[in-house]
Amino acid sequence: MRRTPGWEKALRYLLMLLVLAVTVGPFLWQLSTSFKGTTEDVYTSPPRFLPAHPTAGNYAEVADIIPVWDYALNSLEVAVASVLTNLAGASMAGYALARLRFRGRAFAGHAFVLALLVPLESVIIAQFTMVRDLHLNNTLTAVVLPGSVGALNVLLMRNAFAAVPQEIEEAAVVDGANVWQRFTRIALPSVRGTLAVVAIFSFMGAWDDFLWPLIVLSDSEKFTLTVGLNFLHGTFAQNPRLVAAGTIIAVAPLVVMFACLQRYFFRGVGEGAVKG
Amino acid sequence: MPRRTHRALSPWLLLLPGLAVVAAFSLCPFLSTVGTAFTDARTLTPGRWVGLENFRALAADEQFWVALRNSGLYVLLVVPFTVLLPLLLALLVQKRLPGVVFFRSAFYTPVVASVVVAALIWVWMLDDRGLVNGILGALGAGPVHFLGDAWALLLSAMALTVWKGLGYYMVIYLAALGNVPRELHEAAAVDGAGALRRFVSVTVPAVRSTMVLVGALSSVAAFKVFSEVYLMAGPTGGPAGQDTTLVMLVQRTGTGLNGRVGYASALSLVVFVITLLLMLLVLRADREEEV
Repeated sequence: MRRTPGWEKALRYLLMLLVLAVTVGPFLWQLSTSFKGTTEDVYTSPPRFLPAHPTAGNYAEVADIIPVWDYALNSLEVAVASVLTNLAGASMAGYALARLRFRGRAFAGHAFVLALLVPLESVIIAQFTMVRDLHLNNTLTAVVLPGSVGALNVLLMRNAFAAVPQEIEEAAVVDGANVWQRFTRIALPSVRGTLAVVAIFSFMGAWDDFLWPLIVLSDSEKFTLTVGLNFLHGTFAQNPRLVAAGTIIAVAPLVVMFACLQRYFFRGVGEGAVKG
Repeated sequence: MPRRTHRALSPWLLLLPGLAVVAAFSLCPFLSTVGTAFTDARTLTPGRWVGLENFRALAADEQFWVALRNSGLYVLLVVPFTVLLPLLLALLVQKRLPGVVFFRSAFYTPVVASVVVAALIWVWMLDDRGLVNGILGALGAGPVHFLGDAWALLLSAMALTVWKGLGYYMVIYLAALGNVPRELHEAAAVDGAGALRRFVSVTVPAVRSTMVLVGALSSVAAFKVFSEVYLMAGPTGGPAGQDTTLVMLVQRTGTGLNGRVGYASALSLVVFVITLLLMLLVLRADREEEV
């Protein structure tokens, strides 16, 4: 392999540091703002990057103004529910599509592909009308339901199951194992990686979602974090320290989760896009 | 239960939750949107058949044309950047150098954050007295009113969309670059081709189909933009609603106690058709180039 010349290395690191400043810098600035006290001027030029007297006061104050911890709990509830329903629903459907032979299999597969083609934004009014008719508007259940089994997740799981060698399962058939036993004991353990991908992206999608909860939730007690932050921004935009504290509460759990599970993230995006 | 019946039923039992959700929240709503688009339904009244009335009203609605212009501009101005910048970024972090894995993950952070968090951070950064103008001021320039008028707001929202997508599309490119044989580059380098020349004649042809995929994905996403503009320009779409996008118009007209559901459904249908056309257009452009 060709050796990288020193000047090229230096240039690469310089550019990477520059991009780092642009991509991560804004989050650090927000973190710094959230720890600046009310007496500290946040508008100085040149900007001061570290708080002069770091204080957690903004976090206490933002919790006084909006029930931010309740919102975080609502978001967590929605995200965990979405992970569980997606794991169960997508793996069951994916297994049936990949491994079982039955009449109507092609039809069922097409249904998921078609669903992938319908943009959420173009059916959102109809979803809202339906949720209202079911008297589910303004509930967290309604926030979870439309994304509870993602069509893309079903197709991802189908591909994962299809890639597992069939011999092991055939041995189990001979031993008299039924479909459910084969699914839970043999098939599921061999697609753990894809299950992790589905779990992570379901969690992130539900935690970060904005448009649908904004439409469904009207009662401020039921807000998720994103809708609550939008409300905070609308009402207290003149105090950037408070908004900063709120955004850090919303983003910190995800950044931590991402830092721990990053290899799954990259596998998920890469695989999904290239094979999908 | 006899074993035969059991075996015939089990696939459908496994498929039931997934099919039910997809049918109830995607396929049926789509059919009902098509039906409702031809009625004068409101949130609390079912409405009756009005033929093409909603589409006529749309054509006469000034807000619709403003929204169509904004969503269209969003595609035209955002997509070139989301196709090109992440590719350059992927090339930057593709080389195995110490610490490069850290940079890759760090560049992905904006993707992990909610669009709401990202928008609020940028509203604060782009404030007249915010970080960006603070730095510009220290350099003796500015201030620039990034959030000052309708055009500035729309351009700032576009910049946010590009920023948030960088890491996502970078990973897609990384996966594709992994399949490009290294020998191609080395042969070109031996032939004395410079970096730019190698980029144009080796890298681009090798990842062309991925560029088309990224182009298709980001065009569709850009056309359906809602959150960035809603959060930066406000729920009413900036000064005199001049920043309203199509999906913002859907949300504004179709929800609430007196939502014009029929009208919003017609609008949704327009969004759907244009999204589909966009996708076909990008894919077709790809095929023509190949011939």
